[in-house]
Amino acid sequence: MSPLLSVEDVSFTHIVENGWFQRPRKFVLSPVTFELNAGETMAIIGENGSGKSILAKLLVGAETPTSGAIYLNGQKLKYNNIKQRCLNIRMVFQHSNESLNPGITLGTILDEPLKLNTQLSPEERQEKVEQTLRLVGMLPEHQYFYRHMLSDGQKQRIAIARALILNPQIIVADEPFAALDPSVRSQTVNLIMKLQRDLGLGFIFISHNLGIVRHISDRILVMQEGNVVESGKTDVIFNWPKSEYTEKLVQSHQAMLSKN
Amino acid sequence: MARFNLYQEEFHPSPLKRTWIEFRQSHAALFGLWLFLFFILLMVLGPLLAPYDPLTQDINALLLPPAWDANGGINHLFGTDSLGRDLLSRLIYGCRVTLGISILLVFVAMLVGVAMGALAGMTKGVRSSIINHLLDSIMVIPTLLIAIIIVAILGTGLVNSMWAITLALIPQFVHTTRDFVRDELQKDYVMASRLDGAGKIYLFFNAVLPNMIEMLVVQGTMALSVAILDISALGFLNLGAQPPSPELGTMLSEGLKVAYISPLSIALPGCAIFLMVLSVNLVGDGLRSALRNRFKH
Repeated sequence: MSPLLSVEDVSFTHIVENGWFQRPRKFVLSPVTFELNAGETMAIIGENGSGKSILAKLLVGAETPTSGAIYLNGQKLKYNNIKQRCLNIRMVFQHSNESLNPGITLGTILDEPLKLNTQLSPEERQEKVEQTLRLVGMLPEHQYFYRHMLSDGQKQRIAIARALILNPQIIVADEPFAALDPSVRSQTVNLIMKLQRDLGLGFIFISHNLGIVRHISDRILVMQEGNVVESGKTDVIFNWPKSEYTEKLVQSHQAMLSKN
Repeated sequence: MARFNLYQEEFHPSPLKRTWIEFRQSHAALFGLWLFLFFILLMVLGPLLAPYDPLTQDINALLLPPAWDANGGINHLFGTDSLGRDLLSRLIYGCRVTLGISILLVFVAMLVGVAMGALAGMTKGVRSSIINHLLDSIMVIPTLLIAIIIVAILGTGLVNSMWAITLALIPQFVHTTRDFVRDELQKDYVMASRLDGAGKIYLFFNAVLPNMIEMLVVQGTMALSVAILDISALGFLNLGAQPPSPELGTMLSEGLKVAYISPLSIALPGCAIFLMVLSVNLVGDGLRSALRNRFKH
């Protein structure tokens, strides 16, 4: 059986022009290869600027990779075809606040992917929006709300609802827990784990919080300066880290735990 | 009436409502709004309110003083001008012409400007630059001067001056729209919509436009005050509306000849222009600060 998602040698080169007189900065993501099975959770960890977000954007199709290919269920994904991709791979943005349009209601925001990608009638779409809102633990009434009326945790839930509404097979989340306070964070983590169990989603997320990573992920990808330093099962990486960088990360995490 | 809250519900106003709540805080802005509504009412109901036809000349009632003067009569509340036309009626029709045309001009300029700005904002590279800077040369010259140039080429007349002012108003709409669209396209929610599979046209109308309306309202009020001043200035210079027609600027220049005998014939149109521009500016200013403050909570 082929894996749900397989990424083969995907690389990305980004050149930032710094005006006429400065040398342009260059960011290179060296070829990344990994596979993800259905129902599996993969965490991407690494320092800032190590290419985690770029990798996430490459997966959902927001950026075009320089080389390599991504296969979904053995089928190659085309880069200019967002429609093909967004039915199956959905993204939860890092800042849920900015990923919601302030000028329209949440119902309209959630309706948009349905309107663009499905042939459902308005009544069916309405039904689906309400159903998805309930799924993430909100009320159908919230569809008449605007962005600024919600708390951060609720916004995060809406962002997840938006990702879920098309029944995708994979969700890619860029630091979904970063801006949340501990209680809301645990709620969101539990919500995602429950959804994953119920729907069999593949879940890829970026996080700096090693506690959560250890708690929910099956596999880990460690990145540093555009390179994949290490990848493997969570247990293996936490107990027998191979590279120096991973070792340091794990040590600092354990030092923090033993202090408490 | 005493207002009390029966339910322990939080109050969550929509963006539009929040703007109105902020707007209401400023007394000056509210005064401006009432004044503006008064002028709008005058514009709409003008023909019903005016006691006389603005063009009818009454040779028996030349330069009558206003009603409160010893020699005045109640037939003509503000008196008559040098050709025996009722000043009140002319004033009402004047407001109607000046404000009505200004609103029309701003509307047309906004439509064209926003369309061009959106096009420039959604495209990239040289094409965007060309659309953006197409009308920039107009911005170098003051509006009134452009109007005079166009009028010099096409001849005097209200319609020609309307063309001129519309043309002069367009570039600022193009620029602000383009900058706004550019900023907006960088935001995460536009990216999110794009990942939903939204095309460019869908993105503009559904992701960008709902947030642009407020900017348009503010820009529109600014343009409106410029349009009012320009229309009446061209009328005053005899380049725009031509004398018999009741237009505030034209009335001013006509009244100038008899200013010593009947000061009211220049004071009234002058006051009307002043109040009109004042009200538009107050509303615009109030709206701008309301929009700035509405997310500060």
